[in-house]
Amino acid sequence: MTAFWTTPAGWSLLTVGQILLVLLVLLLTLAIFLIYGDRKIFAAVQMRRGPNVVGPFGLLQSFADLGKFLIKELVIPAGADKVVFLLAPLISVTLALGSWAAMPLAPGWVVSNISVGVLYLFAVSSLGVYGIIMGGWASNSKYPFLGALRSAAQMVSYEVSIGFVIITVILLSGSMNLTRIVELQAGGFWHWNILGGAGLANLPLALVMIPMGVIFFISGLAETNRPPFDLPEAESELVAGYAIEYGSTPYLLFYLSEMSNILLMSGLMAVLFLGGWQAPFPTPFTAHWAPTAVSLFGFMWLYLKSLLVFFMNSMVRAVVPRYRYDQLMRLGWKVFLPTSLVAVALVAGWRVYAPVIG
Amino acid sequence: MALQAIAFYLMAAVTLGSGLAVVSARNPVHSVLFLIAAFFSAAGLFVLLGAEFLAMLLVVVYVGAVAVLFLFVVMMLDVDFAQLRQGFARYMPLGGLIAGGLAIEMVVVSTTVATRGAARLNETPMARGAGAADAMSNAEAIGRVLYTNYVYFFQAAGMVLLVAMIGAIVLTLRHKPGVKRQVIMDQVLRNPATGMRMVSPKPGEGVEP
Repeated sequence: MTAFWTTPAGWSLLTVGQILLVLLVLLLTLAIFLIYGDRKIFAAVQMRRGPNVVGPFGLLQSFADLGKFLIKELVIPAGADKVVFLLAPLISVTLALGSWAAMPLAPGWVVSNISVGVLYLFAVSSLGVYGIIMGGWASNSKYPFLGALRSAAQMVSYEVSIGFVIITVILLSGSMNLTRIVELQAGGFWHWNILGGAGLANLPLALVMIPMGVIFFISGLAETNRPPFDLPEAESELVAGYAIEYGSTPYLLFYLSEMSNILLMSGLMAVLFLGGWQAPFPTPFTAHWAPTAVSLFGFMWLYLKSLLVFFMNSMVRAVVPRYRYDQLMRLGWKVFLPTSLVAVALVAGWRVYAPVIG
Repeated sequence: MALQAIAFYLMAAVTLGSGLAVVSARNPVHSVLFLIAAFFSAAGLFVLLGAEFLAMLLVVVYVGAVAVLFLFVVMMLDVDFAQLRQGFARYMPLGGLIAGGLAIEMVVVSTTVATRGAARLNETPMARGAGAADAMSNAEAIGRVLYTNYVYFFQAAGMVLLVAMIGAIVLTLRHKPGVKRQVIMDQVLRNPATGMRMVSPKPGEGVEP
Protein backbone atom coordinates (compact mmCIF):
# COMPACT_ATOMS: atom_id res chain seq x y z
CA MET A 1 0.00 0.00 0.00
CA THR A 2 2.83 2.37 0.80
CA ALA A 3 4.30 1.70 -2.63
CA PHE A 4 1.25 3.28 -4.24
CA TRP A 5 1.82 6.62 -2.48
CA THR A 6 5.31 6.93 -3.95
CA THR A 7 4.16 6.62 -7.58
CA PRO A 8 3.43 9.92 -9.35
CA ALA A 9 -0.31 9.28 -9.34
CA GLY A 10 -0.45 8.38 -5.67
CA TRP A 11 1.84 11.24 -4.78
CA SER A 12 -0.30 13.74 -6.65
CA LEU A 13 -3.41 12.33 -5.02
CA LEU A 14 -1.77 12.64 -1.61
CA THR A 15 -0.78 16.24 -2.24
CA VAL A 16 -4.24 17.15 -3.46
CA GLY A 17 -5.70 15.45 -0.41
CA GLN A 18 -3.40 17.37 1.89
CA ILE A 19 -4.25 20.62 0.16
CA LEU A 20 -7.98 19.95 0.41
CA LEU A 21 -7.65 19.01 4.05
CA VAL A 22 -5.47 21.95 5.02
CA LEU A 23 -7.06 24.64 2.90
CA LEU A 24 -10.70 23.87 2.58
CA VAL A 25 -11.55 22.19 5.84
CA LEU A 26 -9.11 23.78 8.23
CA LEU A 27 -8.53 27.18 6.75
CA LEU A 28 -11.98 28.13 5.58
CA THR A 29 -13.77 27.12 8.77
CA LEU A 30 -11.05 28.88 10.71
CA ALA A 31 -11.41 32.01 8.57
CA ILE A 32 -15.17 31.92 8.98
CA PHE A 33 -14.97 31.69 12.75
CA LEU A 34 -12.22 34.30 12.86
CA ILE A 35 -14.53 36.76 11.11
CA TYR A 36 -16.99 36.09 13.91
CA GLY A 37 -14.24 36.48 16.53
CA ASP A 38 -13.04 39.66 14.92
CA ARG A 39 -16.51 41.16 15.05
CA LYS A 40 -17.01 40.05 18.66
CA ILE A 41 -13.71 41.61 19.75
CA PHE A 42 -14.53 44.79 17.87
CA ALA A 43 -17.93 44.88 19.54
CA ALA A 44 -16.55 44.20 23.00
CA VAL A 45 -14.13 47.12 22.71
CA GLN A 46 -17.02 49.38 21.77
CA MET A 47 -19.20 47.89 24.56
CA ARG A 48 -21.65 46.37 22.09
CA ARG A 49 -22.80 42.78 21.94
CA GLY A 50 -21.77 42.00 18.38
CA PRO A 51 -23.40 39.21 16.35
CA ASN A 52 -25.61 37.23 18.76
CA VAL A 53 -28.72 36.20 16.85
CA VAL A 54 -27.82 33.43 14.40
CA GLY A 55 -27.08 30.21 16.28
CA PRO A 56 -25.82 29.94 19.85
CA PHE A 57 -23.99 33.18 20.79
CA GLY A 58 -24.29 34.17 17.13
CA LEU A 59 -21.66 31.58 16.22
CA LEU A 60 -23.30 30.85 12.87
CA GLN A 61 -23.49 34.49 11.80
CA SER A 62 -20.64 34.08 9.32
CA PHE A 63 -22.35 31.10 7.70
CA ALA A 64 -25.49 33.18 7.29
CA ASP A 65 -23.39 35.92 5.67
CA LEU A 66 -21.78 33.32 3.42
CA GLY A 67 -25.18 32.13 2.28
CA LYS A 68 -26.30 35.69 1.68
CA PHE A 69 -23.27 36.42 -0.49
CA LEU A 70 -23.73 33.26 -2.50
CA ILE A 71 -27.36 33.85 -3.45
CA LYS A 72 -26.99 37.53 -4.35
CA GLU A 73 -27.02 38.64 -7.94
CA LEU A 74 -23.68 39.22 -9.61
CA VAL A 75 -23.57 42.72 -11.06
CA ILE A 76 -20.88 43.73 -13.51
CA PRO A 77 -20.71 47.48 -14.14
CA ALA A 78 -21.43 48.53 -17.72
CA GLY A 79 -18.04 50.14 -18.34
CA ALA A 80 -16.03 47.44 -16.59
CA ASP A 81 -13.36 45.32 -18.18
CA LYS A 82 -15.28 42.06 -17.68
CA VAL A 83 -12.41 39.58 -17.84
CA VAL A 84 -10.08 41.48 -15.54
CA PHE A 85 -13.00 42.37 -13.26
CA LEU A 86 -13.80 38.71 -12.64
CA LEU A 87 -10.17 37.59 -12.72
CA ALA A 88 -9.14 39.93 -9.89
CA PRO A 89 -10.94 38.20 -6.99
CA LEU A 90 -9.92 34.80 -8.37
CA ILE A 91 -6.27 35.82 -8.38
CA SER A 92 -6.63 37.21 -4.86
CA VAL A 93 -8.09 34.05 -3.46
CA THR A 94 -5.72 31.74 -5.37
CA LEU A 95 -2.68 33.55 -4.03
CA ALA A 96 -4.11 33.77 -0.53
CA LEU A 97 -4.77 30.05 -0.37
CA GLY A 98 -1.64 29.11 -2.34
CA SER A 99 0.60 30.81 0.18
CA TRP A 100 -0.40 28.23 2.78
CA ALA A 101 1.48 25.54 0.85
CA ALA A 102 4.80 26.43 2.47
CA MET A 103 3.43 27.07 5.95
CA PRO A 104 4.73 24.53 8.50
CA LEU A 105 1.73 23.74 10.69
CA ALA A 106 3.27 21.09 12.95
CA PRO A 107 6.23 18.69 12.94
CA GLY A 108 5.97 17.04 9.53
CA TRP A 109 2.76 18.88 8.63
CA VAL A 110 3.62 20.99 5.63
CA VAL A 111 2.25 20.61 2.12
CA SER A 112 5.50 21.57 0.40
CA ASN A 113 8.70 21.73 2.44
CA ILE A 114 10.65 23.84 -0.06
CA SER A 115 14.10 25.16 0.74
CA VAL A 116 13.16 28.78 0.05
CA GLY A 117 9.90 28.73 2.01
CA VAL A 118 10.31 32.21 3.47
CA LEU A 119 10.96 33.69 0.06
CA TYR A 120 7.99 31.82 -1.37
CA LEU A 121 5.66 33.28 1.24
CA PHE A 122 7.17 36.72 0.72
CA ALA A 123 6.78 36.43 -3.05
CA VAL A 124 3.20 35.24 -2.91
CA SER A 125 2.15 37.86 -0.39
CA SER A 126 3.75 40.53 -2.57
CA LEU A 127 1.61 39.28 -5.46
CA GLY A 128 -1.52 39.85 -3.41
CA VAL A 129 -1.51 43.46 -4.55
CA TYR A 130 -2.50 42.40 -8.07
CA GLY A 131 -5.95 41.26 -7.04
CA ILE A 132 -6.66 44.67 -5.55
CA ILE A 133 -5.04 46.74 -8.28
CA MET A 134 -6.76 44.78 -11.07
CA GLY A 135 -10.12 44.92 -9.31
CA GLY A 136 -9.79 48.64 -8.78
CA TRP A 137 -8.81 49.34 -12.35
CA ALA A 138 -11.32 47.03 -14.01
CA SER A 139 -14.23 48.56 -12.09
CA ASN A 140 -13.83 51.65 -14.28
CA SER A 141 -14.88 53.94 -11.49
CA LYS A 142 -13.06 56.64 -9.57
CA TYR A 143 -13.14 55.46 -5.97
CA PRO A 144 -12.03 51.91 -6.76
CA PHE A 145 -9.23 53.32 -8.90
CA LEU A 146 -8.02 55.58 -6.09
CA GLY A 147 -8.19 52.64 -3.72
CA ALA A 148 -6.14 50.52 -6.11
CA LEU A 149 -3.48 53.20 -6.50
CA ARG A 150 -3.23 53.66 -2.75
CA SER A 151 -3.00 49.97 -2.17
CA ALA A 152 -0.27 49.52 -4.78
CA ALA A 153 1.90 52.23 -3.25
CA GLN A 154 1.21 51.09 0.30
CA MET A 155 1.90 47.42 -0.23
CA VAL A 156 5.09 48.01 -2.22
CA SER A 157 6.35 50.34 0.52
CA TYR A 158 5.72 47.99 3.39
CA GLU A 159 7.07 44.98 1.52
CA VAL A 160 10.49 46.60 1.75
CA SER A 161 10.50 46.70 5.54
CA ILE A 162 8.93 43.23 5.78
CA GLY A 163 11.72 41.99 3.51
CA PHE A 164 14.44 43.40 5.76
CA VAL A 165 12.78 42.02 8.89
CA ILE A 166 12.63 38.60 7.25
CA ILE A 167 16.33 38.93 6.39
CA THR A 168 17.18 39.40 10.07
CA VAL A 169 15.35 36.15 10.84
CA ILE A 170 17.11 34.38 7.98
CA LEU A 171 20.45 35.64 9.30
CA LEU A 172 19.64 34.29 12.76
CA SER A 173 18.58 30.88 11.48
CA GLY A 174 20.97 30.55 8.55
CA SER A 175 18.17 28.96 6.54
CA MET A 176 15.26 29.96 4.38
CA ASN A 177 13.36 26.76 5.05
CA LEU A 178 10.48 27.53 7.39
CA THR A 179 10.58 24.08 8.97
CA ARG A 180 14.26 24.54 9.76
CA ILE A 181 13.61 28.01 11.17
CA VAL A 182 11.02 26.56 13.55
CA GLU A 183 13.20 23.57 14.48
CA LEU A 184 16.02 25.91 15.50
CA GLN A 185 13.74 27.64 17.98
CA ALA A 186 13.18 24.49 20.05
CA GLY A 187 13.75 24.33 23.79
CA GLY A 188 11.64 27.01 25.42
CA PHE A 189 10.60 30.57 24.82
CA TRP A 190 14.13 31.90 25.41
CA HIS A 191 15.13 30.18 22.17
CA TRP A 192 12.53 32.02 20.12
CA ASN A 193 13.76 34.38 17.48
CA ILE A 194 12.09 37.35 19.10
CA LEU A 195 14.54 36.92 22.01
CA GLY A 196 17.50 36.48 19.69
CA GLY A 197 17.18 32.71 19.13
CA ALA A 198 19.71 30.20 20.44
CA GLY A 199 19.05 30.68 24.13
CA LEU A 200 20.69 32.94 26.68
CA ALA A 201 23.89 33.35 24.64
CA ASN A 202 22.03 35.41 22.09
CA LEU A 203 19.90 37.33 24.57
CA PRO A 204 21.51 40.73 23.74
CA LEU A 205 20.01 40.35 20.27
CA ALA A 206 16.56 40.59 21.87
CA LEU A 207 17.20 44.33 21.87
CA VAL A 208 17.16 44.16 18.09
CA MET A 209 14.70 41.36 17.50
CA ILE A 210 11.85 42.65 19.69
CA PRO A 211 11.61 45.89 17.66
CA MET A 212 11.88 43.75 14.53
CA GLY A 213 8.92 41.70 15.71
CA VAL A 214 6.92 44.87 16.31
CA ILE A 215 7.86 46.21 12.87
CA PHE A 216 6.86 42.91 11.28
CA PHE A 217 3.51 43.00 13.06
CA ILE A 218 2.78 46.58 11.99
CA SER A 219 3.99 46.01 8.43
CA GLY A 220 1.82 42.91 8.36
CA LEU A 221 -1.17 45.10 9.19
CA ALA A 222 -0.27 47.42 6.32
CA GLU A 223 0.38 44.52 3.95
CA THR A 224 -3.03 42.98 4.60
CA ASN A 225 -4.80 46.36 4.47
CA ARG A 226 -6.00 46.04 8.01
CA PRO A 227 -6.96 49.06 10.07
CA PRO A 228 -5.30 51.40 10.96
CA PHE A 229 -3.78 51.02 7.47
CA ASP A 230 -6.96 50.18 5.55
CA LEU A 231 -6.58 53.17 3.24
CA PRO A 232 -7.38 51.21 0.05
CA GLU A 233 -10.91 50.70 1.36
CA ALA A 234 -11.22 53.57 3.81
CA GLU A 235 -14.99 53.86 4.11
CA SER A 236 -14.97 57.46 5.27
CA GLU A 237 -13.12 58.73 2.17
CA LEU A 238 -13.33 56.08 -0.56
CA VAL A 239 -16.65 54.41 0.41
CA ALA A 240 -15.18 50.91 0.07
CA GLY A 241 -12.16 51.53 -2.14
CA TYR A 242 -11.35 48.82 -4.65
CA ALA A 243 -14.34 46.72 -3.57
CA ILE A 244 -17.14 49.20 -4.31
CA GLU A 245 -18.35 47.63 -7.53
CA TYR A 246 -18.07 44.09 -6.23
CA GLY A 247 -20.92 42.13 -4.78
CA SER A 248 -22.01 38.56 -4.41
CA THR A 249 -19.38 35.82 -4.79
CA PRO A 250 -16.54 37.97 -6.18
CA TYR A 251 -16.76 40.17 -3.10
CA LEU A 252 -16.89 37.07 -0.96
CA LEU A 253 -13.67 35.89 -2.59
CA PHE A 254 -11.97 39.23 -1.87
CA TYR A 255 -13.15 39.07 1.71
CA LEU A 256 -12.02 35.48 2.09
CA SER A 257 -8.57 36.18 0.66
CA GLU A 258 -8.19 39.16 2.98
CA MET A 259 -9.09 37.01 5.98
CA SER A 260 -6.76 34.23 4.82
CA ASN A 261 -3.94 36.75 4.40
CA ILE A 262 -4.47 38.11 7.90
CA LEU A 263 -4.38 34.58 9.22
CA LEU A 264 -1.23 33.89 7.21
CA MET A 265 0.47 36.98 8.60
CA SER A 266 -0.47 35.93 12.13
CA GLY A 267 0.88 32.45 11.45
CA LEU A 268 4.04 33.85 9.86
CA MET A 269 4.62 36.08 12.87
CA ALA A 270 4.27 32.97 15.06
CA VAL A 271 6.63 30.94 12.86
CA LEU A 272 9.32 33.55 12.36
CA PHE A 273 9.40 35.11 15.82
CA LEU A 274 7.39 33.10 18.33
CA GLY A 275 8.79 29.64 17.71
CA GLY A 276 6.07 28.24 15.45
CA TRP A 277 4.90 24.89 16.75
CA GLN A 278 7.46 24.80 19.59
CA ALA A 279 6.05 24.88 23.10
CA PRO A 280 7.27 27.77 25.29
CA PHE A 281 9.03 25.30 27.60
CA PRO A 282 11.34 22.32 26.98
CA THR A 283 9.31 19.24 26.06
CA PRO A 284 11.35 16.11 26.85
CA PHE A 285 8.14 14.32 27.80
CA THR A 286 6.99 14.14 24.17
CA ALA A 287 9.93 11.89 23.24
CA HIS A 288 7.88 8.70 23.67
CA TRP A 289 4.68 10.00 22.14
CA ALA A 290 3.31 8.79 18.85
CA PRO A 291 4.29 11.09 15.91
CA THR A 292 0.66 12.09 15.38
CA ALA A 293 0.31 13.11 19.02
CA VAL A 294 3.50 15.18 18.79
CA SER A 295 2.18 16.85 15.63
CA LEU A 296 -1.14 17.65 17.26
CA PHE A 297 0.64 18.99 20.33
CA GLY A 298 2.78 21.22 18.10
CA PHE A 299 -0.18 22.33 16.02
CA MET A 300 -1.96 23.38 19.19
CA TRP A 301 0.89 25.74 20.06
CA LEU A 302 1.08 27.26 16.60
CA TYR A 303 -2.68 27.69 16.69
CA LEU A 304 -2.60 29.41 20.08
CA LYS A 305 0.21 31.72 19.03
CA SER A 306 -1.51 32.62 15.77
CA LEU A 307 -4.70 33.34 17.68
CA LEU A 308 -2.78 35.57 20.08
CA VAL A 309 -1.34 37.55 17.16
CA PHE A 310 -4.76 37.67 15.54
CA PHE A 311 -6.25 38.97 18.79
CA MET A 312 -3.67 41.77 18.87
CA ASN A 313 -4.54 42.43 15.23
CA SER A 314 -8.23 42.80 16.12
CA MET A 315 -7.49 44.98 19.12
CA VAL A 316 -5.38 47.31 17.00
CA ARG A 317 -8.23 47.54 14.54
CA ALA A 318 -10.65 48.45 17.31
CA VAL A 319 -8.43 50.86 19.21
CA VAL A 320 -6.22 52.77 16.75
CA PRO A 321 -7.71 55.40 14.43
CA ARG A 322 -6.89 55.29 10.72
CA TYR A 323 -3.61 56.74 9.52
CA ARG A 324 -3.43 59.65 7.17
CA TYR A 325 -1.87 58.64 3.86
CA ASP A 326 1.28 60.76 4.13
CA GLN A 327 1.81 59.54 7.69
CA LEU A 328 1.56 55.99 6.44
CA MET A 329 4.23 56.62 3.83
CA ARG A 330 6.42 58.43 6.34
CA LEU A 331 6.17 55.52 8.76
CA GLY A 332 7.07 53.00 6.08
CA TRP A 333 9.93 54.78 4.36
CA LYS A 334 11.40 57.05 7.01
CA VAL A 335 10.96 55.01 10.17
CA PHE A 336 10.68 51.31 9.42
CA LEU A 337 13.09 51.12 6.49
CA PRO A 338 16.11 52.73 8.24
CA THR A 339 15.38 50.87 11.48
CA SER A 340 15.20 47.48 9.82
CA LEU A 341 18.25 48.25 7.67
CA VAL A 342 20.29 49.02 10.80
CA ALA A 343 18.90 45.87 12.40
CA VAL A 344 20.10 43.77 9.44
CA ALA A 345 23.59 45.21 9.88
CA LEU A 346 23.51 44.59 13.66
CA VAL A 347 22.31 41.00 13.34
CA ALA A 348 24.83 40.27 10.60
CA GLY A 349 27.60 41.77 12.76
CA TRP A 350 26.47 39.67 15.71
CA ARG A 351 26.49 36.53 13.60
CA VAL A 352 30.06 37.22 12.49
CA TYR A 353 31.65 38.58 15.66
CA ALA A 354 29.64 37.15 18.57
CA PRO A 355 31.68 34.78 20.74
CA VAL A 356 28.95 32.16 20.97
CA ILE A 357 26.73 31.46 18.01
CA GLY A 358 23.73 29.20 18.31
CA MET B 1 9.68 12.71 -15.80
CA ALA B 2 6.57 12.88 -17.95
CA LEU B 3 5.03 15.19 -15.40
CA GLN B 4 8.03 17.50 -15.67
CA ALA B 5 7.85 17.48 -19.46
CA ILE B 6 4.16 18.38 -19.37
CA ALA B 7 4.86 21.15 -16.88
CA PHE B 8 7.72 22.44 -18.99
CA TYR B 9 5.74 22.57 -22.23
CA LEU B 10 2.76 24.11 -20.46
CA MET B 11 4.80 26.87 -18.87
CA ALA B 12 6.93 27.46 -21.94
CA ALA B 13 3.76 27.80 -24.02
CA VAL B 14 2.28 30.23 -21.50
CA THR B 15 5.50 32.25 -21.47
CA LEU B 16 5.64 32.49 -25.24
CA GLY B 17 1.91 33.10 -25.60
CA SER B 18 1.81 35.88 -23.06
CA GLY B 19 5.03 37.33 -24.46
CA LEU B 20 3.30 37.55 -27.82
CA ALA B 21 0.20 38.99 -26.20
CA VAL B 22 2.28 41.72 -24.54
CA VAL B 23 3.02 43.26 -27.92
CA SER B 24 -0.27 42.45 -29.60
CA ALA B 25 -2.77 43.36 -26.87
CA ARG B 26 -4.88 46.42 -27.68
CA ASN B 27 -5.12 47.69 -24.13
CA PRO B 28 -1.80 48.72 -22.51
CA VAL B 29 -2.97 47.50 -19.10
CA HIS B 30 -3.64 44.09 -20.60
CA SER B 31 -0.12 44.19 -22.03
CA VAL B 32 1.33 44.68 -18.56
CA LEU B 33 -0.86 41.93 -17.15
CA PHE B 34 0.39 39.57 -19.87
CA LEU B 35 3.94 40.63 -19.06
CA ILE B 36 3.31 39.61 -15.46
CA ALA B 37 1.98 36.27 -16.64
CA ALA B 38 5.14 35.83 -18.71
CA PHE B 39 7.37 36.63 -15.71
CA PHE B 40 5.40 34.25 -13.58
CA SER B 41 5.64 31.31 -15.95
CA ALA B 42 9.34 32.06 -16.47
CA ALA B 43 9.69 31.73 -12.70
CA GLY B 44 7.95 28.38 -13.05
CA LEU B 45 10.54 27.34 -15.63
CA PHE B 46 13.31 28.29 -13.19
CA VAL B 47 11.71 26.06 -10.57
CA LEU B 48 11.70 23.18 -13.08
CA LEU B 49 15.44 23.78 -13.64
CA GLY B 50 15.99 23.43 -9.90
CA ALA B 51 16.83 27.11 -9.48
CA GLU B 52 14.10 27.88 -6.97
CA PHE B 53 16.03 30.77 -5.41
CA LEU B 54 16.21 32.59 -8.75
CA ALA B 55 12.55 31.82 -9.36
CA MET B 56 11.53 33.39 -6.08
CA LEU B 57 13.75 36.41 -6.68
CA LEU B 58 12.20 36.84 -10.12
CA VAL B 59 8.75 36.83 -8.58
CA VAL B 60 9.67 39.11 -5.66
CA VAL B 61 11.64 41.67 -7.64
CA TYR B 62 10.02 41.74 -11.06
CA VAL B 63 6.47 40.65 -10.45
CA GLY B 64 6.10 41.96 -6.90
CA ALA B 65 7.76 45.33 -7.30
CA VAL B 66 8.79 46.36 -10.82
CA ALA B 67 5.65 45.23 -12.61
CA VAL B 68 3.44 46.81 -9.94
CA LEU B 69 5.07 50.14 -10.70
CA PHE B 70 4.67 49.47 -14.44
CA LEU B 71 1.01 48.80 -13.93
CA PHE B 72 0.74 51.86 -11.71
CA VAL B 73 2.17 54.14 -14.38
CA VAL B 74 0.32 52.57 -17.30
CA MET B 75 -3.00 52.79 -15.47
CA MET B 76 -2.44 56.46 -14.72
CA LEU B 77 -1.38 57.39 -18.23
CA ASP B 78 -4.06 57.42 -20.85
CA VAL B 79 -2.01 55.81 -23.60
CA ASP B 80 -3.49 56.09 -27.07
CA PHE B 81 -2.37 52.92 -28.78
CA ALA B 82 -3.50 53.90 -32.26
CA GLN B 83 -1.08 56.80 -32.09
CA LEU B 84 1.70 54.57 -30.82
CA ARG B 85 1.20 52.15 -33.68
CA GLN B 86 1.55 54.77 -36.39
CA GLY B 87 5.26 54.18 -36.88
CA PHE B 88 4.86 50.42 -36.76
CA ALA B 89 5.66 49.74 -40.42
CA ARG B 90 8.60 52.13 -40.37
CA TYR B 91 10.31 50.56 -37.33
CA MET B 92 9.35 47.00 -38.26
CA PRO B 93 12.59 46.14 -40.19
CA LEU B 94 14.86 47.46 -37.42
CA GLY B 95 12.88 45.68 -34.71
CA GLY B 96 12.82 42.50 -36.73
CA LEU B 97 16.59 42.71 -37.22
CA ILE B 98 17.23 43.07 -33.49
CA ALA B 99 14.79 40.30 -32.63
CA GLY B 100 16.35 38.02 -35.25
CA GLY B 101 19.84 38.75 -33.95
CA LEU B 102 18.79 37.92 -30.39
CA ALA B 103 17.10 34.71 -31.53
CA ILE B 104 20.22 33.60 -33.43
CA GLU B 105 22.40 34.36 -30.42
CA MET B 106 20.18 32.32 -28.14
CA VAL B 107 20.12 29.36 -30.52
CA VAL B 108 23.91 29.46 -30.98
CA VAL B 109 24.58 29.69 -27.24
CA SER B 110 22.15 26.94 -26.30
CA THR B 111 23.35 24.55 -29.01
CA THR B 112 26.98 25.21 -28.06
CA VAL B 113 26.23 24.48 -24.46
CA ALA B 114 24.25 21.40 -25.36
CA THR B 115 26.88 19.89 -27.67
CA ARG B 116 30.24 20.58 -26.09
CA GLY B 117 29.38 22.69 -23.07
CA ALA B 118 28.38 20.04 -20.59
CA ALA B 119 32.01 19.27 -19.72
CA ARG B 120 33.19 22.88 -19.97
CA LEU B 121 30.29 24.17 -17.93
CA ASN B 122 31.64 22.42 -14.85
CA GLU B 123 34.65 24.69 -14.96
CA THR B 124 32.71 27.90 -14.44
CA PRO B 125 32.87 29.31 -10.91
CA MET B 126 29.12 28.87 -10.61
CA ALA B 127 29.32 25.14 -11.21
CA ARG B 128 32.33 24.80 -8.94
CA GLY B 129 30.47 26.56 -6.17
CA ALA B 130 27.47 24.33 -6.64
CA GLY B 131 29.51 21.20 -7.21
CA ALA B 132 31.44 21.65 -3.97
CA ALA B 133 28.58 20.08 -2.08
CA ASP B 134 25.51 18.68 -3.73
CA ALA B 135 23.56 19.05 -0.55
CA MET B 136 24.04 22.81 -0.65
CA SER B 137 20.88 24.71 -1.51
CA ASN B 138 21.19 26.87 -4.60
CA ALA B 139 20.71 30.03 -2.53
CA GLU B 140 23.89 29.07 -0.68
CA ALA B 141 25.68 28.20 -3.93
CA ILE B 142 24.82 31.57 -5.45
CA GLY B 143 25.86 33.32 -2.26
CA ARG B 144 29.21 31.58 -2.23
CA VAL B 145 29.97 32.50 -5.83
CA LEU B 146 28.66 36.04 -5.47
CA TYR B 147 30.55 36.87 -2.30
CA THR B 148 33.83 35.14 -3.15
CA ASN B 149 34.58 35.10 -6.89
CA TYR B 150 32.56 38.12 -7.87
CA VAL B 151 32.44 40.20 -4.71
CA TYR B 152 33.91 43.33 -6.35
CA PHE B 153 31.53 43.16 -9.29
CA PHE B 154 28.69 42.64 -6.88
CA GLN B 155 29.69 45.68 -4.84
CA ALA B 156 30.18 47.72 -8.00
CA ALA B 157 26.70 46.80 -9.22
CA GLY B 158 25.34 47.85 -5.86
CA MET B 159 27.14 51.19 -6.12
CA VAL B 160 25.79 51.76 -9.63
CA LEU B 161 22.26 51.17 -8.39
CA LEU B 162 22.80 53.45 -5.41
CA VAL B 163 24.15 56.23 -7.63
CA ALA B 164 21.20 55.79 -10.00
CA MET B 165 18.78 56.03 -7.09
CA ILE B 166 20.41 59.13 -5.64
CA GLY B 167 20.53 60.65 -9.12
CA ALA B 168 16.81 60.09 -9.62
CA ILE B 169 16.06 61.65 -6.25
CA VAL B 170 18.31 64.66 -6.93
CA LEU B 171 16.70 65.21 -10.34
CA THR B 172 13.15 65.13 -9.05
CA LEU B 173 13.49 66.67 -5.60
CA ARG B 174 12.17 70.20 -5.52
CA HIS B 175 11.55 72.39 -2.54
CA LYS B 176 8.83 74.75 -3.59
CA PRO B 177 8.98 78.00 -1.62
CA GLY B 178 5.83 78.98 0.17
CA VAL B 179 4.59 75.44 0.78
CA LYS B 180 3.77 74.72 4.38
CA ARG B 181 5.20 71.39 5.44
CA GLN B 182 4.39 69.34 8.44
CA VAL B 183 7.31 69.31 10.88
CA ILE B 184 6.64 66.40 13.19
CA MET B 185 9.35 67.50 15.65
CA ASP B 186 7.77 70.92 16.13
CA GLN B 187 4.39 69.35 16.72
CA VAL B 188 5.75 66.93 19.27
CA LEU B 189 7.73 69.61 21.11
CA ARG B 190 4.73 71.94 21.32
CA ASN B 191 3.46 72.47 24.86
CA PRO B 192 1.05 74.88 26.58
CA ALA B 193 3.84 77.35 27.31
CA THR B 194 4.78 77.76 23.62
CA GLY B 195 1.43 77.04 22.02
CA MET B 196 -0.85 79.18 24.15
CA ARG B 197 -1.10 82.86 24.98
CA MET B 198 -3.31 84.30 27.67
CA VAL B 199 -5.01 87.58 26.79
CA SER B 200 -7.86 89.49 28.32
CA PRO B 201 -9.35 91.64 25.54
CA LYS B 202 -11.29 94.73 26.54
CA PRO B 203 -14.78 95.13 25.05
CA GLY B 204 -14.68 96.40 21.46
CA GLU B 205 -10.95 95.86 21.00
CA GLY B 206 -10.66 92.20 20.09
CA VAL B 207 -7.49 90.19 20.12
CA GLU B 208 -4.57 91.38 18.05
CA PRO B 209 -3.44 88.75 15.52
